[in-house]
Amino acid sequence: MDADTIIQTVNLTKRYGKQVAVDDLNLSVKEGEIFGFLGPNGAGKTTTLLMLLGLSQPSEGSASLYGLDPLRKATEVKRLVGYLPENVGFYEDLDAIQSLEYVANLNGINKEEALGKIDKLLELVGLKNDARKKINAFSRGMRQRLGIAEVIIKDPKILFLDEPTLGLDPEGAIWFMDFIASLNRDRKITVLLSSHNLSQVQKISHRVGIMINGKMVADGSMESLAREKFGVGDKEYSLEEIYMEYFQEV
Amino acid sequence: MQGLFVVFRKELCDHFSSYRFVILFGLIAMVSFITSYMAGVHMKENLEALSKTRFSFLMLFSTPGALFSMVQFVSFFGPLIGLVLGFDSINRERAQGTLIKLVSQPIYRDAVINGKFLAGVATISILLVSIVLVISGFGLALVGVVPGIEEIWRLFIYLIISIFYISLWLGVSILFSILFKSIATSSLASVALWIFLSFFVTLGAEVAANAIAPMDRKKETKPEILIKNTRIKERVSLSSPMVLYSKATEIIINPMRKTTGSIVMMMPMEQILSSRFQNPLPLGQSVIIVFPHMTALIAITLICFAISYLVFIKQEIRT
Repeated sequence: MDADTIIQTVNLTKRYGKQVAVDDLNLSVKEGEIFGFLGPNGAGKTTTLLMLLGLSQPSEGSASLYGLDPLRKATEVKRLVGYLPENVGFYEDLDAIQSLEYVANLNGINKEEALGKIDKLLELVGLKNDARKKINAFSRGMRQRLGIAEVIIKDPKILFLDEPTLGLDPEGAIWFMDFIASLNRDRKITVLLSSHNLSQVQKISHRVGIMINGKMVADGSMESLAREKFGVGDKEYSLEEIYMEYFQEV
Repeated sequence: MQGLFVVFRKELCDHFSSYRFVILFGLIAMVSFITSYMAGVHMKENLEALSKTRFSFLMLFSTPGALFSMVQFVSFFGPLIGLVLGFDSINRERAQGTLIKLVSQPIYRDAVINGKFLAGVATISILLVSIVLVISGFGLALVGVVPGIEEIWRLFIYLIISIFYISLWLGVSILFSILFKSIATSSLASVALWIFLSFFVTLGAEVAANAIAPMDRKKETKPEILIKNTRIKERVSLSSPMVLYSKATEIIINPMRKTTGSIVMMMPMEQILSSRFQNPLPLGQSVIIVFPHMTALIAITLICFAISYLVFIKQEIRT
């Protein structure tokens, strides 16, 4: 294990009855990386993220984030990690500021500090003009912007993003991916990004892992995966080609 | 602790700004008001005749006005307050996807359920205390009797028991909202349980008593059988929280009542005593009589909350 590995799982396994959701997963993510977490629906990506957050108990094996066990040090881990779930939900009758205030309060940020932060964050995600609008009037794109603002209000060291661009229009998706890349660059946040939008993932991630049926079938940089599958060649392979190659194998 | 307070404040805010609370409060305030008004008018007419009566202030709450007294009304329909406040507390958050957001914040998971339960209890307390105060003030103006220290104490104990009684149903509805994913199912299940325990258990008690110790209507029944029948009826019906509650509050609010049991169960000496000496019981004695009822009521409230607590802590939350 390298010194700068901050997320580490050892033989992490989750079973639901006889069905194995995550099978003997050994994953390590280094500090400052964007790790693209790929795989078909139901491959066990969300379950892995939940186990890393301590929200789900592994059947076997263990996980650690910054050396902390998510099950035993749940609050400490949740202080470090911001999690944006797939289909993030909001209290529909609150407005953007109230919603952010609630999350800030839950994180123990005091009132004045929170108000300053909220102001900056709304500016950053481009919701400044909709700050006092009720969330039930928000579009999908605005919800996702508010979702990411809620996640980074606690200044996390790690971000878990589960299908963040699902259902966004192309423009929104590009904005979102650029925003994540800027968070990674400017704030040195490590990102674990699960997505089906392969070209976007290719653009911003440093390393990808492909998970199929609970197993990690590939893990490495884009070049090393391409070399492994296609041999050394002049041709540049896209992530999509690499992904399909792995997918057809299983 | 800090997470608990944040959740508590948010939930309390939600309760007070929700339409359902306004409707519920309006309904219950109105009915209690009318009931007490009728009782008050009734009392005013008879106050000269009842010159020897003490504790006339408490009669505002215990005299049946039109159909039922204030105390009976709360025992019948008080549970609805608890059910309405709690039936969707967890599964609504699950459905709108905010539960996962809540539990991935750096707070202990029990802060969520404790905050919700305590906010419900606070709402119930505020509701009950304000209604009792309004009726008291109203009675003061209408009937013109001033409550003594003991009457105030009795009202206070009555409020405490009532808060636990309604919180029991809050606990039940929160438990169902954890167990059932669908809001419709959890609301139906809690209403069904309420109707069963409140109304059918007392009917079932009669059936069970008559089956085990049948009373013959044509011939004269032996005293042993009569006693057995009554005893079974009482024991079975005690499994209903409503019976526990109404027995406890009747004694607390009405110092003239000296036993929770029926007249059949009394020994001959007791029967003579209770008919000869029409003196009210001191507060301490009233409390001793209903102490088992109060303890049982508080215990089932806590057990019910403990079960929902455990289920929620153990549950895997994915959405």
